[in-house]
Amino acid sequence: MEPFPEIPMLGYDVVVIGGGPAGMAAAARAKELGLSVLLLDENDYLGGILPQCIHSGFGIHYFKEELTGPEFAARLAKRLVELGVEYRTAARVLEIRNYSDLEKVVIFTSPSGVYQVWAKAVIYAAGARERHAFEIGIVGDRVSGIYTAGEAQTLMDIYGVLPGKEVVIVGSGDVGLIMARRFALEGAKVKAVIELMPYPGGLARNVMILKDFNIPLYLSHKVVEVRGKGRVQRVKVVKVDENINEVPGSELWIEADTLVISAGLVPAVKKLKKIGVEIDPATGGPVVNDRLETTVPGIFVAGNSLVINDLVDYVAEQGELAAEGTKEFIDNGGIESRKWIKVEKGSNVRLVVPHYLSGERDVYLYLRVARPMEDVELRIPEIGKRLKLPVVKPAEMIRLKLKAEEIQKANKKLTVEVVKA
Amino acid sequence: MKIKVAIIGAGISGASIARVLSKYENLEVHLIEKAPDVGWGVSKANTALIHGGYDDDPDKYPMRAKLCIRGNRLWHQWVKELQIAHVWNGALIVALQEEDFDELERLLERGRRNGVPEMRIVDREELFHLEPGLTREAIGALWVPIVGQIGPIPAVIALVENAVANGVKTHLETEVRGIKVEGGEVKGVETNNGFIEADIVINAAGLHADEIARMAGIDYFEIHPRKGEYFLFDDDVPGPRRVLFPTPTPISKGIVVTTEISGHLMIGPNAQDLPPEKKEDFATTKEGLEEVWEGAKKLWPQLPPRSKVIRTFAGLRPEPTGGDFIIKAEEEVWGFINVAGIRSPGLTSAPAIAYEVAEIIQRDLGIKLVEKEKWNPYRREITHFFMLPPEKANEMVKKNPSYGKIVCRCNNVSEGDILEAIERMKFIGVKTPSVDSVKFRTKATTGTCQGSFCRPRIVQLLAREYGVEPWKITLKGKGSEIGIGDVKALLRRDEA
Ligand SMILES: Cc1cc2nc3c(=O)[nH]c(=O)nc-3n(C[C@H](O)[C@H](O)[C@H](O)COP(=O)(O)OP(=O)(O)OC[C@H]3O[C@@H](n4cnc5c(N)ncnc54)[C@H](O)[C@@H]3O)c2cc1C
Ligand SMILES: Cc1cc2nc3c(=O)[nH]c(=O)nc-3n(C[C@H](O)[C@H](O)[C@H](O)COP(=O)(O)OP(=O)(O)OC[C@H]3O[C@@H](n4cnc5c(N)ncnc54)[C@H](O)[C@@H]3O)c2cc1C
Repeated sequence: MEPFPEIPMLGYDVVVIGGGPAGMAAAARAKELGLSVLLLDENDYLGGILPQCIHSGFGIHYFKEELTGPEFAARLAKRLVELGVEYRTAARVLEIRNYSDLEKVVIFTSPSGVYQVWAKAVIYAAGARERHAFEIGIVGDRVSGIYTAGEAQTLMDIYGVLPGKEVVIVGSGDVGLIMARRFALEGAKVKAVIELMPYPGGLARNVMILKDFNIPLYLSHKVVEVRGKGRVQRVKVVKVDENINEVPGSELWIEADTLVISAGLVPAVKKLKKIGVEIDPATGGPVVNDRLETTVPGIFVAGNSLVINDLVDYVAEQGELAAEGTKEFIDNGGIESRKWIKVEKGSNVRLVVPHYLSGERDVYLYLRVARPMEDVELRIPEIGKRLKLPVVKPAEMIRLKLKAEEIQKANKKLTVEVVKA
Repeated sequence: MKIKVAIIGAGISGASIARVLSKYENLEVHLIEKAPDVGWGVSKANTALIHGGYDDDPDKYPMRAKLCIRGNRLWHQWVKELQIAHVWNGALIVALQEEDFDELERLLERGRRNGVPEMRIVDREELFHLEPGLTREAIGALWVPIVGQIGPIPAVIALVENAVANGVKTHLETEVRGIKVEGGEVKGVETNNGFIEADIVINAAGLHADEIARMAGIDYFEIHPRKGEYFLFDDDVPGPRRVLFPTPTPISKGIVVTTEISGHLMIGPNAQDLPPEKKEDFATTKEGLEEVWEGAKKLWPQLPPRSKVIRTFAGLRPEPTGGDFIIKAEEEVWGFINVAGIRSPGLTSAPAIAYEVAEIIQRDLGIKLVEKEKWNPYRREITHFFMLPPEKANEMVKKNPSYGKIVCRCNNVSEGDILEAIERMKFIGVKTPSVDSVKFRTKATTGTCQGSFCRPRIVQLLAREYGVEPWKITLKGKGSEIGIGDVKALLRRDEA
């Protein structure tokens, strides 16, 4: 029952989709565990978005050393090569088919042809996409000079093109702040960073960039309109109140030739949706168990496709975990657990993964809060877990280790909440 | 000696005329367009419907009434000859209250007069069979099965490719600035690229047709822009199977809810009259979009969340004095033919407009048109990797590896598709490389991510194929360059 008798067929235990840090770590680990693995990435190079992140700040946990994005990617790539992992670049997965638990077909295209791969399991690590100007409701003229942060970064750091010289940045998360610095370093004038929320979105060390380069930050403001002929000439900014409603009469215009949108990432999971994987509206990624298996048996997920991570170290960690899950799945013909304990969101918790725990293994919970708070406690009342935290911010992912014995104390569910200490 | 014809404007009207006139042995046809590519005027942003022809009152607007239904019939044939993406899914004009049936009866009657086949009023039960997702408040509808949808710019491109293959000469980035008239006869057009001699000048300049007419001394009409705005949603949002209209009011056909040919739910347009000097104002507005949202909700209550919007855009209808199409040979200036005020349903009517012009040339200018012995009615559609079944795709890749490399990940547009687009751009004379030219031919950059992944790679391919620096590649023509220089450009200038 070959789906496409006329195209060449390959066979592996596991296909890893995406050659970013999640996929590379997953492929390496799967190989170490003795699985036959094929890693596919559509770019001409491995590394996902890391090669375009030429700043440092990667790898402090994973490699115990501060690296740039390309360096982090190169280390993982080296490991792949040393392990003899098979990979293909310029190889775009078009479709995943789920025939049964241990029969998956992945169809990909590449300059050497279109192929079908039979595999027992799939690790999906295709990353995320950026939210763009239309999605955040900006109106006005159809002009050039509007880029997402990643697009501007690619133009500058992969292709050597300078997009413009007077820049307004939408979003004060780490990505927006890093792009503000990047433009400033090339001699462009960053006229403003506009942030919807009443607090900056990025890490404190990145917020410092604004001081270093004398860049004004407008909190509780949003860009609503762009005007120009051919190219952006000015952008309209308005103030918003506590409920994010525009304050009438607060409009101001900023002259600029470039608008960079850094308004957050969305997991790229359309291919998973097509095969019936359940999506968590809070993360935008799949619902998973503690092996990072989705609701379709044998389909695992890691990295930004699972949940938007701010640290690449966690991404690589998830890749390895997914590989371990895959090994267990293939060896036992499925992930069999006696019971699943559901992880629920309590007070001030916006999202948390994984969604289901078996209590058979230690896990890391990755969670984000809804709003910033100081002097708080992270609590899981069902098992009496308490952790003091001086500050929590929506931008910073909290990673919490739970021991198997701890989890086992819970009956049906665990509630994670962040409350005043 | 051949008769020289200059067509001003490569929109759907000008392109259709060029194609039809390319059939004749004794004409030398020049298609003149100020934009860098074809189809970027009014034809670029509209609802893309091939209307049913029931809407236009033959007493008030005889040209529209006659040409719309004839155009619809011709499109059924032209989309096949030219391989233009299309869907014939029919339209429902929906009644939400009893009174609406009076208007639907009027439309039915008018449609019959205009010669529209197969229309009828359907009851609630049949209505929901035709369109299960419709608002529960609907009580019946007028069903017009001949309504369809096409890609308007791809249609213009197809027409121009076919016209050029049949000998038409294009002049892109060529703006007509004056019309030479001597002794009551046209002699040609003045442009930024010099004088183009012509015995017949056809004014198909869309929003600017009144200005062009004035250049020939004809000033009995004016054109004012009427803006319409739209939302386009991600392709995983369910849309209707049919084109859904509300029951029209005297002012407007109303806000349409439809799934456009690429599978995206689309809603719009509203109608806002702008002053005549605002012919370049294609900006979307908060108010206009709000109006569209509210209007669409009445027919399609389950509108997706705003985060599913992938694009908003606006179009300008060229509204003429009097409201009817102005298609005629002007008596004062022999050889000057107006194809002006081509408002909605201009896209639908375009093929019929073109035959009308051919007739005018014969009847009113007294020129006997001689058909070519060999005229090629066919044009092959560009390769779309995403439409190929895997085994076909594999064959393509084996012949040419660039078809195996995906550039636009949302729509699976391959490098091969893009290189083919660039070849076709060059074939019709596109001189300034732009991302939009590639976009309209291949669908790259039109998906969920709106080009944030693939635009830099398209820029790279354009730069290579046109032999220019990547930062000089434009989004949509001169003045919309993608960058200002290499990444060190500013720093170097500081030092100097
Ligand atoms: C501007 C910026 C600055 C950052 N700064 C830091 C920092 O300082 N420190 C830090 O730790 N982290 C940082 N990050 C975050 C970190 O880079 C990401 O969390 C991480 O790279 C995500 O890895 P991933 O493997 O999940 O996805 P990606 O890196 O996006 O990789 C996914 C890969 O999958 C490929 N792919 C997708 N679909 C398919 C398909 N169908 N077929 C084949 N291939 C496919 C993609 O092309 C891509 O190569 C930053 C991110 C950005 C954007
Ligand atoms: C909101 C909206 C919705 C619509 N919906 C529909 C629909 O669903 N169905 C339908 O049938 N119709 C619809 N229409 C109408 C349809 O789009 C138009 O009738 C049609 O596109 C007009 O085509 P055109 O070729 O006459 O004009 P254009 O496409 O504007 O072409 C004229 C060309 O002339 C060029 N030009 C102008 N001045 C000069 C100059 N001086 N020198 C050289 N070149 C010049 C312009 O650049 C332009 O490319 C809609 C229109 C709008 C705006």
